Amino acid sequence: MQYSLGIDIGSTTVKTVLIGDGTVLYERYERHMSQVRTKTWELLEEMHPLLEGKKFAVALSGSAGLGLAEACGIPFVQEVFATGEVVKRKEPDATAVIELGGEDAKIIFFEGGTDERMNGSCAGGTGAFIDQMATLLNLEPDEMDRLSLSHTRIYPIASRCGVFAKTDIQPLLNQGAKKEDVAASIYQAVVNQTIAGLAQGRKIRGKVLFLGGPLYYCQGLRERFKETLKLSDEEAIFPDYGRYAVAMGAALYAEKTGSLTDMDTLLEQIKSKLSVSGSTNRLPPLFASREEYDAFHERHAKADVAKKAIEEYSGKAYLGIDCGSTTTKIVLLSEDREILYSYYSSNRGNPVEIVREQLTTVYWLCGDRIHIAGSAVTGYGEELIRHAFGVDLGVVETIAHYTAAKHFLPEVDFILDIGGQDIKCFRIRNGAIDSIMLNEACSSGCGSFIETFARSMGYEIDEFASKGLLSPAPVNLGSRCTVFMNSSVKQSQRDGATVEDISAGLSVSVVKNAIYKVIRAGSADELGEHIVVQGGTFYNDAVLRAFEQELGRTVIRPAIAGLMGAYGAALYSMRVKESTLLGAEALTQFTHTSSSAVCKGCTNHCHLTVNTFSEGKKFISGNQCQKGLGLKAQSDETPNLHAFKRSYLTELGEKAPADGATRGTVGLPLALGMYELLPLWHGIFTSLGFRVVLSGMSTKRTYEKGQFSIPSDTACYPAKLMHGHIEELVERGVDAIFYPCLSYNIDEKESDNYYNCPVVAYYSELLGGNMESLNAVRFLYPYLNINSRKELVRGLSRMFTEQLPDRKIGKGEIVRAVRRGFAEYEAYMNAVRAEGERALAWARANGKRIMILAGRPYHADAEIGHGIDKLAVSLGFAVVSEDSICQLTEHQPVRVLNQWTYHARLYRAARYASEHSDTELVQLVSFGCGVDAITTDEVRSILEKNGKFYTQIKIDEITNLGAVRIRLRSLVGALEQ
Amino acid sequence: MKKKEQNYIPFTEEMKKDYTVLVPNMLPMHFTLICKVFRNFGIRAELLTTQGQAIKDTGLKYTHNDTCYPAILVIGQFLDALQSGKYDPHKTALIMFQTGGGCRASNYINLIRKALEKAGYGYVPVISMSLSGLEHHPGFRMSVPMVRRLMYAVLYADLLMLLRNQCRPYEIHCGESEALAQKWTDRLAKEMDTGNRISYRKVKENYRKILQDFDRIPRAEIKKVRVGIVGEIFVKYSPLANNSLEEFLVKEGAEVTVPGLLDFCLYCVYNNLTDTKLLGRNKGVYPLYRIAYRFFLGKQQDLIDIIEEETEFDPPTSFEHTVSLVRGYIGIGAKMGEGWLLTAEMLELADKGIKNIVCTQPFGCLPNHICGKGMMRPIKEKNPDINIVAIDYDAGATAVNQENRLKLMLANSKD
Repeated sequence: MQYSLGIDIGSTTVKTVLIGDGTVLYERYERHMSQVRTKTWELLEEMHPLLEGKKFAVALSGSAGLGLAEACGIPFVQEVFATGEVVKRKEPDATAVIELGGEDAKIIFFEGGTDERMNGSCAGGTGAFIDQMATLLNLEPDEMDRLSLSHTRIYPIASRCGVFAKTDIQPLLNQGAKKEDVAASIYQAVVNQTIAGLAQGRKIRGKVLFLGGPLYYCQGLRERFKETLKLSDEEAIFPDYGRYAVAMGAALYAEKTGSLTDMDTLLEQIKSKLSVSGSTNRLPPLFASREEYDAFHERHAKADVAKKAIEEYSGKAYLGIDCGSTTTKIVLLSEDREILYSYYSSNRGNPVEIVREQLTTVYWLCGDRIHIAGSAVTGYGEELIRHAFGVDLGVVETIAHYTAAKHFLPEVDFILDIGGQDIKCFRIRNGAIDSIMLNEACSSGCGSFIETFARSMGYEIDEFASKGLLSPAPVNLGSRCTVFMNSSVKQSQRDGATVEDISAGLSVSVVKNAIYKVIRAGSADELGEHIVVQGGTFYNDAVLRAFEQELGRTVIRPAIAGLMGAYGAALYSMRVKESTLLGAEALTQFTHTSSSAVCKGCTNHCHLTVNTFSEGKKFISGNQCQKGLGLKAQSDETPNLHAFKRSYLTELGEKAPADGATRGTVGLPLALGMYELLPLWHGIFTSLGFRVVLSGMSTKRTYEKGQFSIPSDTACYPAKLMHGHIEELVERGVDAIFYPCLSYNIDEKESDNYYNCPVVAYYSELLGGNMESLNAVRFLYPYLNINSRKELVRGLSRMFTEQLPDRKIGKGEIVRAVRRGFAEYEAYMNAVRAEGERALAWARANGKRIMILAGRPYHADAEIGHGIDKLAVSLGFAVVSEDSICQLTEHQPVRVLNQWTYHARLYRAARYASEHSDTELVQLVSFGCGVDAITTDEVRSILEKNGKFYTQIKIDEITNLGAVRIRLRSLVGALEQ
Repeated sequence: MKKKEQNYIPFTEEMKKDYTVLVPNMLPMHFTLICKVFRNFGIRAELLTTQGQAIKDTGLKYTHNDTCYPAILVIGQFLDALQSGKYDPHKTALIMFQTGGGCRASNYINLIRKALEKAGYGYVPVISMSLSGLEHHPGFRMSVPMVRRLMYAVLYADLLMLLRNQCRPYEIHCGESEALAQKWTDRLAKEMDTGNRISYRKVKENYRKILQDFDRIPRAEIKKVRVGIVGEIFVKYSPLANNSLEEFLVKEGAEVTVPGLLDFCLYCVYNNLTDTKLLGRNKGVYPLYRIAYRFFLGKQQDLIDIIEEETEFDPPTSFEHTVSLVRGYIGIGAKMGEGWLLTAEMLELADKGIKNIVCTQPFGCLPNHICGKGMMRPIKEKNPDINIVAIDYDAGATAVNQENRLKLMLANSKD
């Protein structure tokens, strides 16, 4: 018999398949817990009796197999290629294959020539992502799968990036969304990710094979794929060998290599490479000796806090609750600020239940001796818990942490808090919070990241962390986002790194991420003299040590590092006069149910979660504005420039077509550069006798409509929305669509040059090449010069002659049209500026704070801005945009090349904010905007030089405002101090 | 346009006397020769050849981490050098090339200055080298004779790179092609190190000698997979940035083709012509650019002709032909970053019969969303047998991920 052995080593599992004369004789599937080589060796050892004394062919495959193959000189075949070969042989009539692995996603198309694709470097929707999400839900993967099957609704969850998805899921859980629904929504996100990121406009149809571990195990995931792709049972094939396809492909490949080996040789080959001295770059150890560790340990043991046994205390007590993104913390303080009781636990996806349990315990322990005189809650779940239990005060996280740290170290001037999901840092100057930095999507490596990793490698976090302390050579894993770190770990495993080295390396990464990406510090001096570090993650000594090492300075870690939020909240609650906290009696009657609804207040259709508590008390979340709460929008008269722009532009689009609209319809997509130049083009086309059709305001639906033709998944959200706008215009049956290519924007005589960014300038080229639906209309995207009327006329006239010769448009008409266009453009810009000035005057007359919500003109879009403008209004700000007020101040010199029209306004707006004590600037930054890597640092330095706060909000498809709310409330809190 | 603020330290005549000018390494052969040219003109240029993780780490420490990878590397390499103790920072200047286009790459100079300041080297002058004269440095002037010499440096190095790439996969004696390229680089560097005017006839003679030398390398008559590399200019060329992509592909048994640097120079000049023709901008300097364009074009044509006369080697594609290839794909007005040239180079490779293409870009590269990834679908539609893989490079991206994707591309390779 002819034997061939295929071994597929992926990022999480090892698969072996033995084929003898074309039939599968043996197969195994095992998680390798990062012990890649040992596990492979074990699996082969088990097969030893089977192949005793026999000759066979062998080949390796898989991302982690590459290194072993190279080291041992075993033939290697790329895994997607291997899959393709298997499917061609086993299912010759298949049209496509979708394969999800631990960390890779692949699609193969067979129609019209094989086309094999893998996910790029930024992609989250894979097996590891599903595992991470299950951990987040505190479920086993199979439990999550089972629950998902009985879902009743799907929440929109950002699918592109695992980190963003987490940001979406966490608040859903904290707001009480059902796990069934969240589980199914996670699968849906994976499906969307796969289709949008890999198919990129190519239709998946016909007989589709689904392969790989996750698709073999998760029924819910299968269901989502079938439903989304509209596949029948006959078309969607989930073969039994789904998990083994790659290994089978490797076995087939092995046959072809023609070289044979035997088991003893193979085992010997692998054994000799079991421990390799890593070629990946390593870092110095965390501790050079045991003594060094002991000294470190002793020093930190000193930072303790007074405690008192609750049984021995009677009198008033104060309760602090920190309902964080992944954990719930509770502290009960005596009047002398001794800790009577504390609690720290994962919130297991249901914080309300945990708080109820804990409160019950606390009341039981208090008996009649102790009276809870005040209570406060902070964290993500603040609102929910406050409503559920009648907690007296809600306090912003940053303020709670500062209150706690100050109590510990009165002269504290820098606080770094690394929690499960968040990194919060703030500087303190003159007893007030001076600047606040929070982590963003690409700088998100925090506590839960280490924890999930520990679990995926089969360890509890404590054990995993202590292993890291002993590593002689931590691996250098870099500090980009967690997806990148996953692959760094993969690489280090390939080179034989141990669990110890990986654990220590992860700690160093988390620290580097915090220092260089969140704080953006160049040296320890930029942080401060008296640094307090806190948050659950700092219980991990490896993280603490790495931080001190990186800074070259010792810091204080309070023994209650993980409880600081709750501790601060408890201290904060001491100001309460009379407590409204739900009493022990009422608590026994406490009930909580949650259901979902869609808000019909406006076209935004927010997904609401309605929490109902005892006595029918309700708490609604998920709303972007006050309407969702059944309230009228709070302050209709507060000026909001973003809203002003939206209504101006929509009205322009709705203006009744002129009677003379005889030349047909032209669609203008309201996205990217069109946001500001709409009046110009509207004027021109209307004047020429076209009826202008405007695509509507963007919604999530707009994105979904166009997402399948996006070729580059790392482009910014405003660009991606463009695809949906085009689809919408095509559906409306316009004759032509116009979005010109403009290398240069209007020269506002402000900057060194006046470019558009490459995406705004040339996105039409991409649309033309990637959107099939554009074949149905005439797509006009000429290169135009809008700084010279003469040149604009020349350019338009060339366009009409070449593209619409039958319309017979004369030059004289175009000259008039351009004149009218510019008149409309000027009118718009003047209206925006006038409204900006009115807003400032109104705010000052009414004693309101002013927020410059700065970004690009298209950030006024309701979907791109996610209603942040409305949120700011509800927090008591009058909202203006950068372009509405930058005319009111002088030119701002900058240290960068000031070469983009839109961006030049930002610098001036920052100057305006610097000059006015009642004005704050919040910068909106689209995820993936390369240009803003330059502007943000500059805007920040202008503001900070003048003693102002700098607040940056990174936005993408994320739909939840939780984090933004915390950030803006922190700003308000800091201002009020 | 507003009057420019001078917010930088100029490189003065005085500094020219005893300052060492550090040059970042994008293309080893090209930049060795370019440094020689600088030395001819009295600038003590030194090419940085440092490698290693420290460069990335230093770059990340002093720059916004979302900035493009090339900026992080260049800044890291500069600071790493300044901190190494090898140079007196008070007698050191840096030089950076600036195209002044709408891509954020035009801001590299400013980012370098900010990073220098942050690291405590705010006094180190950074020279902007650009044809469009974005900045003024009295100690560093681009004169016509200098541009001429630089052009020869680029032409020589393009030729050496082309020949080495075409010989190396087939050489019988391992390392012979690389050694010959090195030998010629040294020889040309020495030759250019004279104050005398370089005669063009001599240059052409050298072309022939180089060609004959390479043609004498014994090569095996075997067939290898041909793979082209295109992409963002720094990542495409620099082994530091692309994890030694060329080495990897050669090791995997491929013959690598990388379009030359002259194409990019021609592209920069050509864009100015397009600006006038398409947008009516800068009509005054149009004739000048036109002369420069014709001049460079002529030089490229001479090189192509000589290669064809002398040998069987595959010459570079004439720029005019390259331009004509993009019609129907992308407008030649798309001029930020590598712009339409990136699309054109993919088509140029396909046109030559090189169907396997690696499109390299720094993670999040804005122009490449459009001109690279955005054009793959139309290119594949019209050239169904083409096999393109896009690879992102980044300080955090790992070689294992990149290599796995490259392996997939190779497994699907087409002849």
